[in-house]
Amino acid sequence: MVNTLFDKVWNLHKVRDLSSGQSQLFIGVHLVHEVTSPQAFQMLREKKLKVAYPERIFATVDHIIPTDDQSRPFKDKLAEEMFSTLEKNAKEFGIKYFDFDSNKQGIVHVIGPELGLTQPGMIIACGDSHTSTHGAFGAIAFGVGTSQVRDLLATQCLAMQKPKVRRINVNGKLGKGTYAKDVILAIIRKLGVKGGIGYAYEYGGSVIDNMDMEERMTLCNMSIEGGARAGYVNPDKKTFDYIKGKEFAPKDFEKAVSFWKSIASDKDAKYDDVVDIDGSEIEPMITWGINPGQAIGISEKFPAVEDMPEDQRGTAMEAYEHNSFEPRTNVVGTKIDVVFIGSCTNSRLSDLREAAKIVKGKKVAAGVKALAVPGSQQVKKDAEEEGLDKIFVKAGFEWREAGCSMCLAMNPDKLNGREICASTSNRNFKGRQGSSVGRTILMSPAMAAAAAVNGKIVDVRELEN
Amino acid sequence: MKIKNVKGRGIPVAGNDIDTDRIIPARYLKLVTFKDLGKYAFYDVRFNKDGSKKKHAFNDEKFTRATILIVNKNFGCGSSREHAPQALMRYGIKAIIGESFGEIFEGNCTTLGIPTVIGSEVDIETLIKVINDDSVLEIRIDLETMQVSYGDFSFEIKQKESSRAVLTEGKWDSLSTLMEAKEETKKLAEKLPYLNGFRS
Repeated sequence: MVNTLFDKVWNLHKVRDLSSGQSQLFIGVHLVHEVTSPQAFQMLREKKLKVAYPERIFATVDHIIPTDDQSRPFKDKLAEEMFSTLEKNAKEFGIKYFDFDSNKQGIVHVIGPELGLTQPGMIIACGDSHTSTHGAFGAIAFGVGTSQVRDLLATQCLAMQKPKVRRINVNGKLGKGTYAKDVILAIIRKLGVKGGIGYAYEYGGSVIDNMDMEERMTLCNMSIEGGARAGYVNPDKKTFDYIKGKEFAPKDFEKAVSFWKSIASDKDAKYDDVVDIDGSEIEPMITWGINPGQAIGISEKFPAVEDMPEDQRGTAMEAYEHNSFEPRTNVVGTKIDVVFIGSCTNSRLSDLREAAKIVKGKKVAAGVKALAVPGSQQVKKDAEEEGLDKIFVKAGFEWREAGCSMCLAMNPDKLNGREICASTSNRNFKGRQGSSVGRTILMSPAMAAAAAVNGKIVDVRELEN
Repeated sequence: MKIKNVKGRGIPVAGNDIDTDRIIPARYLKLVTFKDLGKYAFYDVRFNKDGSKKKHAFNDEKFTRATILIVNKNFGCGSSREHAPQALMRYGIKAIIGESFGEIFEGNCTTLGIPTVIGSEVDIETLIKVINDDSVLEIRIDLETMQVSYGDFSFEIKQKESSRAVLTEGKWDSLSTLMEAKEETKKLAEKLPYLNGFRS
């Protein structure tokens, strides 16, 4: 029988059908971070329950940690309490915990793949909506709430309703200066921020085939911004090569590869929906509004509200009011105050390399604050071995320690007042970067780097080098 | 507890794509318990920097005893933070009527026993108008007949079927259901290729 990867992996992990129509699923890897887990551990304690499969759970800290001075105790008492609560919980319940001293700490969606924990054919869950990132490896991966984190700790299972599967083909070839970030923003723009509700997205086509693993992670990471709880790419040789040699890679690698090949979607698999996108038409993308679907190509003007479908106009007006941008004016030339290169979307080595290429030999524009925040301690080390840190620092960037940082501003990295941030993160929601009146423009690392050295939004394709 | 209907006064928070950062700003996620979250619900749209109140339904005295939140499209999109429904629940919200919901948010609400039901754009707009005029009007959500009724009016609602089932069967707190299958879970784990050395 022909099947999608989604069906095969779902069925493989199905413990039983529930009377509600949901399935009880076993979760192969449960990733834990400090923000969405303390209440779950507490519920376990109150119910006098143990962790059922501690060897399948891996924890790290990313959301609340400072990325400059990481000496303990942290200056922020609440952050310190949250941090030490995770330390205590991991110890008490016997869970593997990657702390600062491990040299393996980092954003949970960066370290999972980096350590080889993320593998094809698994179901992976975490109390974080960007868990969809791990779908890049041909895993089903999705975010859950804290009560479900509790369920996972106590049973390693979740009760889930099976979604439909939409195949998204990105055909052709990407043009100069366009990246995975532009592809996913183009997809969300086309299908809308709620287009994916009730669906898992399977990404394919020549553009996706040509992406390296880190680009596929960027792509799958933002599935949730399009409303899809999970997004994935079928595993191929690039996937296997990436995992090979990683700390948690399977010992019997050849057998693993044959299993991984077997779970890929069959050639004639049926999908609930299919969408085709021409990759060659995708430009460098930027967002102009307050959700990631409010995105346009760099050569377009800010869109006019009256040209939009009626149900999008309210949010569009709210966006213009919040951002103080003028409809029908040029995107290029919009002045920025802050540049943030980082987050689970774009903080991996290849992202830093692309940004460094543009920054090299130039200076961050006067009055612009620029942060480069590697996604993990390992990414930081690798980047420093290549000298990327020196390129950033010489240009006037701050080179930070690994963490979520200004993506959601739960640590000291925040926008002030009305500042506009050119950001490689995943959400441009009002207040997301720590100031309720602050403004976020999402873009690729190359575009953010170009904005840093120009002090304004520019078309990265028109730079000299 | 079986949840077959919810009744109470309504409180409207109009607008599409109201995300979880809006419902509960990230800085309040630094608390290691959920218990105080109610007072921070919609904080940045309810209060100015100096703590003075902005115009918002959650600040409006006429809605203080309301338990049914009325919203528009894609409410609760964004992050997986259960803090969002926890904040609403601890503020006093017992059910939500909207045009559509973010998927993780919808699941989190169900796990807390908060029905999220879907009405048409017209029905929701009418309901918002009516409760703005008459905030003490009782609204009744019936998950068996799938109707919302108020005064002399009623309209049909939809809900994700699995959510409706667990609420009406009293199985919305998933943990006890999942724990019933301890042995089956163990058996399944033994069959997973990546847990048994890829034997199968």
